[in-house]
Amino acid sequence: MYLKIGANMTRKSVEDYLKAVYELSRNGNTVSTTEISRILKVAPASVTEMLKKLAEKNYVEYSSYHGTTLTDNGRRIAEKVARKHRLLERFLHDVLKIDNVKVHGQACEMEHSLSDDAEESLCRFLRHPDQCPDDGKAIPPCDLQIRSCEECIMLHSKGLEEVGKHTQNLVALDDLKEGQSGKISFIRGGHNLLQRLLDMGLTPGTKIVVVKIAPLEGPVELLVRGSKLALGRGIASKVFVDVEH
Amino acid sequence: MSCHPSSNSKIVNRKNSKHLTIALAGNANVGKSVLFNQLTGSNQIIGNWPGKTVDRAEGTLRFEDYDISVIDLPGIYSFSTFSLEELVSRDYIALEKPDVVINVLDASVLERNLFFTIQLIEMEVPLVVCLNQVDVAKKKGMIINKDKLEEELGVPVVLTVATRGEGIYELVKTAVEAATRKPQRKEMKYSSDVEARIAELARLVETEKLELKYPSRWVAIKLLEGDQEITKTVAAKSKKVIGVSEILSQELSSSCQEPCFSIIASERYSLASMIASLALRQNEVKSTFSEKLDWVTTHKVLGYFTSAGVIVGLLLWTFIVGNFLSGLISNALSFIAPLDPKVSGSIISILWNGVFGGFVAGVTLVIPFVIPFYFLLAMIEDSGILTRVAFMMDSVMHKIGLHGKALIPLILGYGCNVPAIHSCKIMETRRERLLAAFAITFAPCAARTIVIFGLVGVFLGVQWALALYAVDLLIIFMLGRIAMKAVPGKSTGLIMEMHSFKIPSLSVVGKQTWTRTKSIIYMVFPIYIVGSALVQVLYAFNVLTPISDALAPLTVWWLGLPVVTGILLILGVVRKEFIILGAVAIFGSTNLGLFFTPVQLITLALVAMLYIPCLSTFVILAKEFGWKAAVTISLANILSAILIGGLAFRLLTLFI
Repeated sequence: MYLKIGANMTRKSVEDYLKAVYELSRNGNTVSTTEISRILKVAPASVTEMLKKLAEKNYVEYSSYHGTTLTDNGRRIAEKVARKHRLLERFLHDVLKIDNVKVHGQACEMEHSLSDDAEESLCRFLRHPDQCPDDGKAIPPCDLQIRSCEECIMLHSKGLEEVGKHTQNLVALDDLKEGQSGKISFIRGGHNLLQRLLDMGLTPGTKIVVVKIAPLEGPVELLVRGSKLALGRGIASKVFVDVEH
Repeated sequence: MSCHPSSNSKIVNRKNSKHLTIALAGNANVGKSVLFNQLTGSNQIIGNWPGKTVDRAEGTLRFEDYDISVIDLPGIYSFSTFSLEELVSRDYIALEKPDVVINVLDASVLERNLFFTIQLIEMEVPLVVCLNQVDVAKKKGMIINKDKLEEELGVPVVLTVATRGEGIYELVKTAVEAATRKPQRKEMKYSSDVEARIAELARLVETEKLELKYPSRWVAIKLLEGDQEITKTVAAKSKKVIGVSEILSQELSSSCQEPCFSIIASERYSLASMIASLALRQNEVKSTFSEKLDWVTTHKVLGYFTSAGVIVGLLLWTFIVGNFLSGLISNALSFIAPLDPKVSGSIISILWNGVFGGFVAGVTLVIPFVIPFYFLLAMIEDSGILTRVAFMMDSVMHKIGLHGKALIPLILGYGCNVPAIHSCKIMETRRERLLAAFAITFAPCAARTIVIFGLVGVFLGVQWALALYAVDLLIIFMLGRIAMKAVPGKSTGLIMEMHSFKIPSLSVVGKQTWTRTKSIIYMVFPIYIVGSALVQVLYAFNVLTPISDALAPLTVWWLGLPVVTGILLILGVVRKEFIILGAVAIFGSTNLGLFFTPVQLITLALVAMLYIPCLSTFVILAKEFGWKAAVTISLANILSAILIGGLAFRLLTLFI
């Protein structure tokens, strides 16, 4: 992806900021300047200055009152970097046998210079790993919108089918919050599952509203075509939605 | 399943006497069974949860000069043969050709229901649309234009509220009319791209003379959708048709960049959506009572309380009401004769004591607990809360290799294991059905509840009985995890429609309670009385002693129970109540607290709860899963009962 970089900004600094916001906003909260300053070990004043620049480039939405959130552009870049970071961690740890404690710093240095092609090859070489070694965080999905390695392997062995079309800004249904709505973009799964979901009214382009999310990784309740439908978390993660803002 | 006895007689009869067959078809939980009961006056069990009717039910109805057979088909969403029910319903409609199909729709979820209606129209069967639950739709602010719907679908539409019997007469009248005259057909048209290919393939199917019992256009659609069953059937007759259908579906999917089955489903849904929007006007409404209840029952904290409340409430209610009724009946009986006859004297007097003891035990221990239990269970089933519990507990059920829906049969297992295991058919794979059935065999059914309350609740207090249930849940969870590891395979996820809450109809609940209680009174009661007399005689003549002596190492040494328990446990294999009834017969008194220590009461109740599926449960296990699975499950039951019973005995002696 082409990165717009302005004066006093390096690729590394932009990516580091976006990655920090990405990690801090994973639970859906907005991120405060202090948090970023703590993580990046940069003075709050510098953070504020940088955030304003990033906002100008449309990578983040920044307000001194409400804090910072990523734009879709920013999120894509951050996910990409986070993914590269974790793939590198796996590589350093599993293949080069570098100590757990050291892999993070090393990966931080390397992540900014790894090309997308190299990232894909690395993923394949590592047999599509799921989690990174040092903190157990999930490796963000690659651009194929694949959630887990199991899916990736199944997709390559033709066990999985897809209906619908990939568009930009896709979010898996299980990442939506209560009350959010969107349109079904595509669904991935075995043939029977796809047929079932289509029969229940989840055809591509259909509008859905997330009514309820059960706690403890429980099911997601949707409003679809005037009926309420509960989908288990595993199934919901295979349904990708174009979110309405 | 595809052939049933009445189908042949129907053809013979149709010419002289006026005989008709009506099939009820539609989505799950739209009120087909309520309608069926209204039509036939039978007592088909009703529940507000999807997938309750797993086999089709049959009944009869007399209307004017017609003898009508009514078939209640299982609720399905599509004819895509994802599940056995879909295949059964499709084969029934296509191959046995009922005179008319009544498609029952939930008026408040019109669009989704119409998706299925369109498929029925494609099957070219004489059709009447029954728009049910119009009262619920009205409450949700929906105004339905019946004439417009009739015009768009090209079939007669009748509005009903089946629970109150509204519109039933008109429905039957319309159905009979539709059955007797050739219906006019309106074709559901897809987009021109799809339509052209359907027409081409249908023509080919026609000219190839495949002699299928399905309409050609429908076969064409199914072939394009890639339906496995139909493709197989057609492939056996004409490779050419399959070849052409593959080319056509290739063309379609490459021009739309989308698999063919998805294109057709999408287009069918847009049709449904269009028709629904023409026939329905939605007014804004305030949130209904049902939605407020929804908020509570699926709340991230309160939801778990309601889920637990359902189970605990059911048990507490059963105990309190049951105890009260039991007391009333005992008092009434004590006026007639002394309650504790002694085992002595001639055979006649022993027999008489046995008969009377059996009767008293049945009347005071079984009936008072069973009636309130079944009553509340019917209320729970009818209200729709079970789907909410399934929703909340999905993640827990995943831990034992199942998903939330499995909780519905499990809770039904608290009533009786047999129908509960039967309803495991709502689960998608054999592995899940097996795991659910295994868990159900540990669910304390009404019979075990009687034993638990009769032994522990009455003599030690309800808190001990409830503790036993809690322990049981823990045991189900742990053994479920072991079973999940032992049975290889993958688990599927939850896909479940969440229907609106309903205020349970008293007449429906009452009927259901009576249907279930009746089977106990008619079938089980005579056995109690005869069995009780027999046990007393056998016991008096020491015939049973060798058996109980043989089991003594297990019962006395390991479980710490009295020697006679060996006999009781053998009796309990037939039905679990026999454990307590047998004890009453042997000791000649209903006051069992005199003959067992508190630890023994608890241990016996615990063992009784776990130790083996009763005979009927074993039979249904064997029927559904084969002998091997049934024996394995029983062995697992026996082993865990022995293990847990022995441990409980040793632990309890430390504390009590």
